Amino acid sequence: MERYTLSVLVENHAGVLSRVVGLFSRRGFNIHSLSVGTTQDENISRITIEVNGDALMVEQVSKQLSKIMEVIKIKTLREGEMVKRGLVLVKVKVSPKTRSEVIEITNVFRAKIVDISPGTLTIELTGHDKKIGAFIDIIEQYGIEEIAQTGMTALERGSNTLKLDK
Amino acid sequence: MLMTGAEMVVKTLEKNGVKVVFGYPGAANCPIIDRLSFSPIKHILTRNEQGAAHMASGYARVTKQPGVCTATSGPGATNLITGIATAYMDSVPMVALTGQVATPLIGKDAFQEVDITGATLPFTKHSYLIKNGLDIPKVVNEAFHIAGTGRPGPVLIDFPMDLLKQTFDYPDEDAEINIRGYKLPAKANETQIKKVADAVKNAKKPVILAGGGITISDAVEEFRKFVKMTNIPVVSTMMGIGCLPSDDALYYGMIGSHGAKRANMIFNRADIVIAMGSRLGDRSVAHVKGLEDGNKLIHIDIDPAEIGKNVQPYIPVVGDIKNVLEQLTPLMADYKAADPWIAEADELRARFTHEPFSGDSGFVNPKYFLKVLSEKADPDAYISTEVGQNQIWVANAFNIRHPRALITSGGFGTMGYGLPAAIGASKASGKTVFAVMGDGSFQMDLPEMGTMCQWDIPVKMIVFKNDRLGMVHEHQYLLYKSNYQAVSIEGSPNFNILADAYGIKNGYVSENSGVAAAIDEMLKDKESYLLVVNVNPYEPTGDTLNEAALPKPKKEDK
Repeated sequence: MERYTLSVLVENHAGVLSRVVGLFSRRGFNIHSLSVGTTQDENISRITIEVNGDALMVEQVSKQLSKIMEVIKIKTLREGEMVKRGLVLVKVKVSPKTRSEVIEITNVFRAKIVDISPGTLTIELTGHDKKIGAFIDIIEQYGIEEIAQTGMTALERGSNTLKLDK
Repeated sequence: MLMTGAEMVVKTLEKNGVKVVFGYPGAANCPIIDRLSFSPIKHILTRNEQGAAHMASGYARVTKQPGVCTATSGPGATNLITGIATAYMDSVPMVALTGQVATPLIGKDAFQEVDITGATLPFTKHSYLIKNGLDIPKVVNEAFHIAGTGRPGPVLIDFPMDLLKQTFDYPDEDAEINIRGYKLPAKANETQIKKVADAVKNAKKPVILAGGGITISDAVEEFRKFVKMTNIPVVSTMMGIGCLPSDDALYYGMIGSHGAKRANMIFNRADIVIAMGSRLGDRSVAHVKGLEDGNKLIHIDIDPAEIGKNVQPYIPVVGDIKNVLEQLTPLMADYKAADPWIAEADELRARFTHEPFSGDSGFVNPKYFLKVLSEKADPDAYISTEVGQNQIWVANAFNIRHPRALITSGGFGTMGYGLPAAIGASKASGKTVFAVMGDGSFQMDLPEMGTMCQWDIPVKMIVFKNDRLGMVHEHQYLLYKSNYQAVSIEGSPNFNILADAYGIKNGYVSENSGVAAAIDEMLKDKESYLLVVNVNPYEPTGDTLNEAALPKPKKEDK
């Protein structure tokens, strides 16, 4: 099983997301992560979906998604040819003794401290899922109180864009 | 121009050429029903919304135009569901119009409220919930466009009743349809077409698997010309029956778990299979690996998602089969399938085709009955089936002569489909329509006989009566050691008396020797007729699963 990243442009209508997500569960495809947001054109949203599977399955996912009326364009982005980022907020338990260690790790990962309390630090980290994973692995020893994480979102590198057909 | 939402609905239906709407009223769709009465469009009241959906489906299969059905919110809408799913699986164009509770009540669990667009999402080609009354003309136009083009399918529009009653300033000109996410296939890729031609020419044993897509894309004429020119043997899926006449020299029958043995053998022996407009569903192709190995499968379909879904093809071609045939035919002009292969196929046909038993035994042999019916029926008649043994008997034994003649629930396998679909087909065609049913499936939508009578829509009903759910009965014989459970339907009414109660002429036949006369009596005039045909509960379904007849009935078996 491999991880694939699909970038999908859809009409910015109510109910589109449920059509897309419904298709995955109905056809037995697994979503690893998902993120949605509008684009520079307010009528169009971009859904970025990470899927676990093989090449044939991803081709089938892509063809099935194309059949949804509100899906305008789909592209499977390749690792290495895209920038992919997610955001995570981690609330870590700290004591006066461990606080500076955690701050140091935060700096190494170029993460940010966005909130502080006597017993916790809330850290914001943006990055590829591997970086996020590595950060969580190392911060775990201090005690993670809570994690909130977005799905990955991605764009192609270079001047390529997901153009609409005329 | 000032118009109410309901007026806009009806006006746009008229613009789309709608002549008949099958439906059932309730508070939420009443504004539409009300406005229909001022329109040339005829509203046919059914006895259940499910019947309305199936009638629209039968109507669509005959006219090639989207069939239209309407129901009220809540239970009315949910009753349509089986019909919508049936249409979806067989790619039948349909537009379903449902009433919805008033906009401010949506989401409040109001009386007769259900999220019908949500419920039907998995099996509609598209669906709409109207939020702004001014969108109505655009949405209805789009619905007809989507339902009827490309790979057809059902589209549902849900109309909140306040918007149907409200008045809007309706633009004189409709906006042009432009759905940027909806792409219709252009011409097929020339390189792929060339590959197909080369592969077929290099093959020793080519076979065409004809699917329903050929009829749907209206390519039957091109298809028949192609077959005649190339002499390639043809087998079909259930939906592909009729692409060639059943008695054509190059047609070898239906494949699959309930297909003809000869067709399956030819299909399996082929070294190139040209699948045209078929999903290659599990009931047609069980041994996927056999098709994937050896570079055998050429898969031509309008829906790219069908290619590689069930079977990985050797040569995929995405395109409307009508265009594909136009592109492929000139490349095959100098080609004829090799004689030894045709001889082999003919030998298989001779070996595995049996004359049906026609002697007297206290029961009618359904295969013999359908053979006689084929001989006596008008060549342009339609025949609908239910689901069960009756369906397989018709598929294998009735001589289907024109492409749209067989009206059956192929993909979804819906019992209760045949009778209402026959009513829709009769309304659409004005030709003789047979509804072949078992006594189980007949009772699923039996009240629709009232629709038939009320609107004077004649159907020749044939009920194979064996007091059993015959196909499940056979299934339990084969797979559950004859532990017959929940398959006896004793307690059924006397169907002849029931027909009398509806004022429908009727007959009964229980011996093969009486079949010809019983059919003659049924065909004497144009009116509806119910012919009850007494069939042995142990009559086998087909010749692939079970060549030998089932054992004789045991006394204790009920």
